Amino acid sequence: MLEWFLQPLQYPFMVRGISAAVLVGIVCAVVGSFVVLRGMAFFGDALAHAILPGLAVGYLMGGGDRQVLFWWALGTAVVSGLSIGAVSRSTRIREDTAIGIIFAGMFALGIALISTVRSYTVDLAHFLFGDILGVTPTDIQLILIFSGVVIGLIFLFYKEFVLLSFDPVLAITLRLPVRFLENLLLVLIAISIVVSLQTVGVALMVAMLITPAATAYLLSKRLPVMMALASGIASFSGITGLYLSYYLNIASGAAIVLTTTLIFFLVWSGQSLWQRISKQIE
Amino acid sequence: MAKSTQGLFFFPPHLPHQTEKPIVSVKGVSLFYSNGTALEDIHFDVVAGERLAVIGPNGAGKSTLFKIIAGVLPPSEGRVEVYGNEPGKHICIAYVPQRNQVDWSFPVNVADVVMMGRIGKIGFLRRPTRKDWEIVFQALETVQLQDYAKRQIRQLSGGQQQRVFIARALAQEAELILMDEPFTGLDFPARQAILNILDILKEKHVTVLVALHDLKTASEYFDRILLLNHRLIAIGKPSEVLLPEHLLYAYGGQLSLIPTEKGTWAMEDTCCEEGDHFHA
Repeated sequence: MLEWFLQPLQYPFMVRGISAAVLVGIVCAVVGSFVVLRGMAFFGDALAHAILPGLAVGYLMGGGDRQVLFWWALGTAVVSGLSIGAVSRSTRIREDTAIGIIFAGMFALGIALISTVRSYTVDLAHFLFGDILGVTPTDIQLILIFSGVVIGLIFLFYKEFVLLSFDPVLAITLRLPVRFLENLLLVLIAISIVVSLQTVGVALMVAMLITPAATAYLLSKRLPVMMALASGIASFSGITGLYLSYYLNIASGAAIVLTTTLIFFLVWSGQSLWQRISKQIE
Repeated sequence: MAKSTQGLFFFPPHLPHQTEKPIVSVKGVSLFYSNGTALEDIHFDVVAGERLAVIGPNGAGKSTLFKIIAGVLPPSEGRVEVYGNEPGKHICIAYVPQRNQVDWSFPVNVADVVMMGRIGKIGFLRRPTRKDWEIVFQALETVQLQDYAKRQIRQLSGGQQQRVFIARALAQEAELILMDEPFTGLDFPARQAILNILDILKEKHVTVLVALHDLKTASEYFDRILLLNHRLIAIGKPSEVLLPEHLLYAYGGQLSLIPTEKGTWAMEDTCCEEGDHFHA
C-alpha cells in the first residue's frame, strides 16, 4: 500500500506535478469562491478561452520558452479580463451574449495562429488540456510567486471584496472605489487562470475555478470556511487526479477535473439525501 | 453598474455638515432613460429628524429617487444636496435595499452583514477594532437581534432580514436612512417591530425616508407624505396629501376610492411583491 503511494514520487516530474496541482488548487479555490458567489462562472470560462491567442503568440515567438509563454498568457489574460469587464458594463446587448462573442472570437484566433505550426495538434492539445507532468522548476517558481500575490491581495482587500460581492450598492454608498475593486478582482481571476493553465489547460479551466468552491459552498456557512474547504478539496483532487492518471494512464487534467466533479456530486447527493431524511424524521 | 461620484482614492470623503441647510434638498431632479422618463423635475426638502413616507404605484420611481438621493445613480438633470453637499461626498447616507435585491444564501452571518456597514469607517487594509464590534452589537440590540449574531442569514425570517439591514445602517452611523419598501411581504408583528425601530430612530434624531405601499401606515406613522408617480404629485402632512384627487391622479386605474361614512377608503389593486426596479 505504502509502495503504491511512494512509487510515483520517485519521479521528479510527478513531485513537481503534485506541488503545482496543490498550489494551483488553493489559488483557484480562493478566487473561485468569489467567482461562484458572484455568478461569474461563464466569465471565468470565457476568460480562460480568450487567453489562447496570447498563448499562441507567445509560443510562436518564444519557440517553446516557458517564460515567454507565461508572460504572453498573463498579458492577454489581464487585457481580456478588463475588456470583457468593460464590455459587459457598457453594452446594449446582454452581458452573456457580449462575453460569448468575444470569447469564441478570441478562441478561434488562437486556434488559427497555432494551426500555422506543423506540430499543431500536439501543441494545441497541451494548451487545451494542460500538461501538468511537463511542469518545470521555473514554472513552479512562477506559480509560487503569482499565487502568493493573488492570495495576498485577496487577504488585504478581503472585507471590501466580500462587501462588493454581497451588496454593491452599499459599497457605493460607503464611497469605496468600486470600479477599482471590481477591476482588481477581474485581474486576480485572470492571474489565477494563467498560473493554472498547465494543470488543466484552457478547456477545463473553469472546473478548477468553480467546482471545488461550489462543493465547499454546499458545506459552509461562512466565507473563510468555504475558502479553506474549497482549497482542501482542490488540493486533494489534484493529488488524487495525478495518481489516477499515473496508474490508469489517463490524461492528468481530465483526471483532476473528474475527481473534483465526483466529490461535488457525492457532497451534493449526500446533502440532498440528508435533507430528505431529516425532513421525514420531523 | 451605476456610476457614482467617488472621493480621493483610498480616503472616503466625508465633508463637514452644513447643519443650517436641510439634510436633503432635491432640486429639479430628472432621470431620463432611452425608453422613457423615470423622474421628472422633482423638488423637495427634508429637515433633519423628519420621517417621510414616499408612496406611489409600482414603477413610480421610488427606488430610483432613493438611489439618486443616496448618490448611487446620477440624475440626468438637477441635483441633490445633503447638508449642502452632493451625496457622493457623504458616508452618512444608508440605502436599505428591498430584500429581494440581495442573495440571502451568501455565506455570511448576521454580525458579518452588520459589520459591512462599518467598512467605510474602518478603512482599507485594517481589521475591525473592538469599538467596531461594540457598535455592531449595539446596533443588533437596537433591532433586537443580539441573539442572532452568529446565525447564517439564510436562516432568518423576512422581518429579521429587514432588521439586519436596519442594524447595518445603524452600524454605518447613518444620519439619513432610505428604506426601500421595508414592509413589503411582512406579516403584522414583523411590521410592528419595524415601526418600533422607526420610533427609536426618531429618538436618535435620524432622518428616515421610507418607500411603502400601505396608505394607512403612511398616514398614521409619518410626519409627511410624498406622493410620487414619475412626478411629485403632492408633499405635506398626511391629511393634505391623501386627498381623493391626488390619489386618483397618482394611481389612476390602479386605485379604487370607496366613499364611506367615516371618510374615503382607498384600495390598491396591485400587489407590491416586486416593487419598482430601475437599472441604469
